Amino acid sequence: MTFRQISTAFSTIVIKEVKRFLRIWIQTLLPPAITTTLYFVIFGNLIGNAIGDMHGYSYSEFIAPGLIMMAIINNSYANVVSSFFGAKFHGNIQEMIISPLPGTIVLLGFISGGLARGLLVGILVTLVSLFFTHLPIYNLWIIMGIVILTSFLLALAGFINAFYARTFDGMNIVPIFILGPLTYLGGVFYSIAMLPPFWQTVSQLNPVLYMVNGFRYGFLGIADTPVSTTFIMLISLNLVLFLYAIYLLKKGKGILD
Amino acid sequence: MTLALSIKDLHKTYDNGVQALKGIHLDIKSGDFFALLGANGAGKSTTINLVCSLANKSAGSISVFGHDIDKEREATKEQIGLVPQEFNFNIFEPVREIVINQGGYYGIPRKQCIERANDLLHTLGLWDKRHEQARDLSGGMKRRLMIARSMIHKPRLLILDEPTAGVDINIRRSMWEFLQAINEAGTTIILTTHYLEEAESLCRNIAIINKGEIVENTSMKELLNRLDTETFILDAREAVTQLPATDDFSIRQRDEHTLEVTINKSRSLNVMFEYFTQNQIRIMSMRNRSNRLEQLFVELLEKDKS
Repeated sequence: MTFRQISTAFSTIVIKEVKRFLRIWIQTLLPPAITTTLYFVIFGNLIGNAIGDMHGYSYSEFIAPGLIMMAIINNSYANVVSSFFGAKFHGNIQEMIISPLPGTIVLLGFISGGLARGLLVGILVTLVSLFFTHLPIYNLWIIMGIVILTSFLLALAGFINAFYARTFDGMNIVPIFILGPLTYLGGVFYSIAMLPPFWQTVSQLNPVLYMVNGFRYGFLGIADTPVSTTFIMLISLNLVLFLYAIYLLKKGKGILD
Repeated sequence: MTLALSIKDLHKTYDNGVQALKGIHLDIKSGDFFALLGANGAGKSTTINLVCSLANKSAGSISVFGHDIDKEREATKEQIGLVPQEFNFNIFEPVREIVINQGGYYGIPRKQCIERANDLLHTLGLWDKRHEQARDLSGGMKRRLMIARSMIHKPRLLILDEPTAGVDINIRRSMWEFLQAINEAGTTIILTTHYLEEAESLCRNIAIINKGEIVENTSMKELLNRLDTETFILDAREAVTQLPATDDFSIRQRDEHTLEVTINKSRSLNVMFEYFTQNQIRIMSMRNRSNRLEQLFVELLEKDKS
């Protein structure tokens, strides 16, 4: 295929993916906005007033970046895992397999769909946050960099999950039993400085902690972990998962035969 | 003549140890309308999946219009259109989008895809349904949608895996006409079907696969010529009460007014009519029993079993 044909094929997948999540906006875009509103009402206002300031910011300001990041993580992952598993389940993944499309483009197309939903939900949740709190921007480039790398990483993870999933249960195990706990224990609602030393060390094994803190640094200029570590971790994990996803596509395990 | 498809010593063993193909050889000429028949589980769909890169072969070679599937996979895929046995589109997507997107995967610009999709949907009688979700289509319409989708990139080789399964006779006939037209326009067609009269009336050449092996590969004419008998259905005017035996042909009564006569091809049909005249049986109409291929198909599989 020529470069032009490849870019046509790539944009076809991306447009299809974006249309898919826009078509079902009640399931994809509305819930994160409602959930964030609830978090702000319950944690930001009711409980937050009792907690007081965190690192010189109000509790609402402190949790806002984490809530945005949580929505981006969940939606980037959910978009790709449901779309790719759906394509396997309905069999329409064969539409792509029988075409001359390179596997890398199939992967990038699905990832871009996840990225688009992650970014759109991130913007929506940010707008919701602005109803409840002031959100300063300390470094826009750090915010953008971390959003894109995180969304890409979670979309990749969703793709790999969908590759292995054979049932709807298999599609939901990772988000419920792994991603959910890691996100809630990833410093969205607290600073790990509040934890005993042992749990601080344990928390540092959680990759979501670095995503949340790096993102918070972009807005507030404060973080429990160095931003450079966040970038190194995100780039490394992206690379590893990308190569693994390509390997899976080449082997065709679960989608061929 | 150029070969549309050439398969050499193709083997497929699944992970669970099932040997689906045991070294098949198959050459299909460009422009042919070819029937690939076999019982359920014989290896038809496996063969198709291997040709379309939907499964990995264990051994052997496949080439499509001279392009080796291992060395020039992209070129091979560009030549092939597939109408699979199962509905395999996203049922929530609008009909026209499904066809247009398929063109996009082949790198065809969207504008061109839209034009081609419009033409195909008109031709296949789906134009009025173009904005509806695929799940709202009837079974026959879903089959036609899969044909439209498979044709969007104008493949030179179209593979149809039981395309008319569960489709009523009117739609089946219109699909036959469409397939005959595109075949006459130069598209090579491979058809698998359980409706043997469909294969008999559409296809020029035929292969029969059984337990992963090709047990017959010849022209339809040659195969049908092998039948040394022909069977006719006759309708009698009055109810037949007595049917004396005869050595010239075999005769049996299906019901009061219907008789079935099987006669050797070397015999003149006149002996049959003389018999009816002598026995004062007035015949009002007569027709061929249409499933000649079915008879041969069963015979071949039986022979293979024994």
